[in-house]
Amino acid sequence: MITLEGVTKVFNQGRHNEVTAVGGVDLDIADGRVTVLRGPSGSGKTTLLTVIGCLARPTTGRVRIDGEMVSGLPERFLTEVRRRTFGFVFQKFNLIRGLSALDNVVLPALPLGVAHRSLVDKAVGLLEHFGLADRVFLAVENLSGGEAQRVAIARALINDPAVVIADEPTASLDGERVGQFLAIAEELKRTGKTVLMTSHDPRITEAAIVDRLVTMADGRIVEVAP
Amino acid sequence: MIFHPPILALITAAMIAAVVLAGSGVFALRLLAHWDLDSGAERQIGLERATTLVSTVVAFVLVLEAASLVLFAFNADRMAPLFVGAMCAVGTLNASIYGFPTLWAKIVVFFAAFAWLALDRVDGRTRDYALIRVKYAGLLVLAPLVFIEGALELAYFLDLKADTITSCCGKLFGEDKPALGGDLASLDPFLAMGLVAGGLVVAIGLGFLVGRGRFFALAHGLASVAVFGLALAAIVAAIAPYVYEQPHHHCPFCILKREYGHFGFALYLPLFLATGAGISSAVLASVAPTSARAVAEVATRRLGRLAIGGHVVFALVALAAVLTSRLTLVS
Amino acid sequence: MRAAFERRRHLLDFAVRSLARRPTKNLGLVAIYALVVFLVGSVMLYGAAIRREAAVMLASGPELTAQAMVMGRHEMSRTTDVAALKGLRGVRRIEPRLWGYLWDSAGAANYTLMVPPASDGAHALAKGEAIVGEGVARARRLAPGKMLFLVSPAGKFLKTKVKSVLPADSALVSSDLVLVEESDFRAFFELPPDVWTDVAITVANPREVATVAEKAALKLPGHRFVTRADMTRTAEALFSWREGLALALLAGALLAFAILAFDKASGLSAEEKREIGILKAIGWETRDVISAKLFEGGLISGLAFLLGVIGAWTHVFFFSAGLFEPVLKGWATLYPHFPLAPTIDALEIATLAMLTIVPYMAAILVPVWRTAAADPDAVMR
Ligand SMILES: Nc1ncnc2c1ncn2[C@@H]1O[C@H](COP(=O)(O)OP(=O)(O)OP(=O)(O)O)[C@@H](O)[C@H]1O
Ligand SMILES: [Mg+2]
Repeated sequence: MITLEGVTKVFNQGRHNEVTAVGGVDLDIADGRVTVLRGPSGSGKTTLLTVIGCLARPTTGRVRIDGEMVSGLPERFLTEVRRRTFGFVFQKFNLIRGLSALDNVVLPALPLGVAHRSLVDKAVGLLEHFGLADRVFLAVENLSGGEAQRVAIARALINDPAVVIADEPTASLDGERVGQFLAIAEELKRTGKTVLMTSHDPRITEAAIVDRLVTMADGRIVEVAP
Repeated sequence: MIFHPPILALITAAMIAAVVLAGSGVFALRLLAHWDLDSGAERQIGLERATTLVSTVVAFVLVLEAASLVLFAFNADRMAPLFVGAMCAVGTLNASIYGFPTLWAKIVVFFAAFAWLALDRVDGRTRDYALIRVKYAGLLVLAPLVFIEGALELAYFLDLKADTITSCCGKLFGEDKPALGGDLASLDPFLAMGLVAGGLVVAIGLGFLVGRGRFFALAHGLASVAVFGLALAAIVAAIAPYVYEQPHHHCPFCILKREYGHFGFALYLPLFLATGAGISSAVLASVAPTSARAVAEVATRRLGRLAIGGHVVFALVALAAVLTSRLTLVS
Repeated sequence: MRAAFERRRHLLDFAVRSLARRPTKNLGLVAIYALVVFLVGSVMLYGAAIRREAAVMLASGPELTAQAMVMGRHEMSRTTDVAALKGLRGVRRIEPRLWGYLWDSAGAANYTLMVPPASDGAHALAKGEAIVGEGVARARRLAPGKMLFLVSPAGKFLKTKVKSVLPADSALVSSDLVLVEESDFRAFFELPPDVWTDVAITVANPREVATVAEKAALKLPGHRFVTRADMTRTAEALFSWREGLALALLAGALLAFAILAFDKASGLSAEEKREIGILKAIGWETRDVISAKLFEGGLISGLAFLLGVIGAWTHVFFFSAGLFEPVLKGWATLYPHFPLAPTIDALEIATLAMLTIVPYMAAILVPVWRTAAADPDAVMR
């Protein structure tokens, strides 16, 4: 359970170009459910995701994960919480060029000091699971869009996170790949993961697996359904 | 000024250390004025971020200081032929009034930086930056020490001239000389060895108890400092003569020479480590607030083990020197 | 413990890969870095080797040398002077010496002509024989059995047969040496039989050199007494000064290099910045990124230092430091083709490391931190 209380995020505080990207959000995100944030461009969805995902600290307000206050933690503990709790799938996938699919998937686990052998076995297992068995050693710049996204999802899952965060997961995909993504999201939900996405794609916002639809505008939550 | 490459290297290192600590000192002032962990404001985030830099650069400077201490002693020995009357490092250090003060300053800086890094490590493991203020106040102490050391070193090297007439270890550590060196040299070797052995037993014993509370950690720190002094005395009074196999050669520097297989390094390295660890564990125990107690205890214990290891190695190396020597001072 | 070790291993491994992914940029950096190490290292190793050679030369000389002085200038000593020194306490041997310089216009070089002392049985010569140094043998294409002709400034000829060539192990000292027999020497320079260039005094106990010198000065007030320690210091100071000057010139190169390193480390490409952002976002903390980047710096330093040191070592000990010889040696026209005795000295290596690696690492610290501290949320935008 992730709880937000009065979360704000202000950029360029005190300067002429000050922007209040998130202005006072209270929200509970239930475990094992699929939650989708939607809203017009610039409404603060991505910014809110970064705060929830411990990528950024809120300017004011509190964030609790399973009751633990994370909003005041020093960076290294925030990082610790982040890598134990969250897996990220970015809009542009953000794979590192020049490295193989396998090397990309193991990246989040490198600072944890996991034994090399077991790490590689796990990564190969994930890639095989997502139908990329013959792409393991291929450099990621040679992958198709859908394959790249599945590598990114495998990477997000390497540390067994409880929550998977995806920002505009279908923005870079063409039509038929969207169904494939939804299938994976459904599987994640089935295995007990919490899934948190932003999207304006109706195929996502209206999908059957979505448990909760949160609508934002101007940095505030305007509607939560159901 | 003598243009020896090691001198240029030492001056370069001192300047880098001084620049790093000047920057860190200014930052420390800013941090002490504005630190507010509850704030999510950009200034606070910037301060927190910069602490990583300060930790990294001060760690770098510590490594540099340790290397420059060794290089300084090594080079002083090598330069002895340049001075009339110098046979080893003592002569070189005596060739200017700044020589020995520089050496002492380097040793003090080494221990101070050691203790600071111990604070830094512990602070890094607490969730609330429990030691941040102590640590940065400490940095404001460390920085002037590093400047003083650098200034002394620079003055020393500028003051050095080839052909200076100097007195060497025979004078400083001669048994009939009135100064401290002479007193140490004429100390009964049996007594000196007995004292350092006793000190080592106490320090090692306290090393095991160091995690039990503030009192033990402080006692251990004091014991480590005492052992450091006693060990230096014992080296002058007994261990060095055993290494040279000459009852009247007491110099604590000649043992660093190649002729004696750089034996001195095997003796001093564990001693310095143990002393640094002992001092650090005491400092840590006395400044750690209750919120950081658990983390501090783990670190104190680890430092205690390091000190025990250093003391044991020192004792074994000294014992080996005595046992393998053909000299007998104590019947 | 194990996790900490694995973490380091993974980060090191990652650092190796990221270096390998930008081969041109990194190899370029290594090449420049190695060149800097090579230059500084060559000067240092060469200076140290020459100082060692000089020490060897002086160590084989007498503890004390007496020179007659007239109006502040070096004069010839007389046999009576030598006799006056006899019976001095603590002196093991007193030996008058004959030696002088000869400008050889054929070889365009200065030779040192010398009569081997009576105590030196190994180099004893018969009339008409000579032993020559390695440099002379090379310049004049001499070998044992060949003839060597010398012409004195006064036009006198000396015809000798080369008995042997001195080995090159202390070539700096003996390279320009020509040993001849005493009567040949006196005839060649037209010297009367009772004069000597100077007097070598061997002292039994090295600690008494100063006392012996004092007492000897009382007996021969017209002489100057130079101790070996004096000469060691003069030579040491002279070499150090030259070496220091060369290093001071190279300090500019070092500074430029440090600036380059700083610039390289701060001017990361957009691609590299994006990569670091990704690493931060997927769970690396600032410390991890700093470690990986410092590993990269360490690997570059290690490789460049190794290449530079090996290059400098080869340059100095196998190519006689061909690039720097004129600057550092200065006074001798006959460069010995010496194998300077190759040595590896911890102090020199440590000094070289402190002069090159330390400024490099110091220069990249701040830029590395700056990139590592990038906001992890940047990649979301
Ligand atoms: N680092 C930053 N500095 C300054 N302003 C920022 C920064 N990040 C975001 N903003 C601003 O904050 C507001 C919210 O941005 P955000 O990216 O969260 O919107 P969004 O809802 O994700 O939009 P989109 O649907 O286009 O992705 C925008 O006005 C944006 O310009
Ligand atoms: Mg967005």
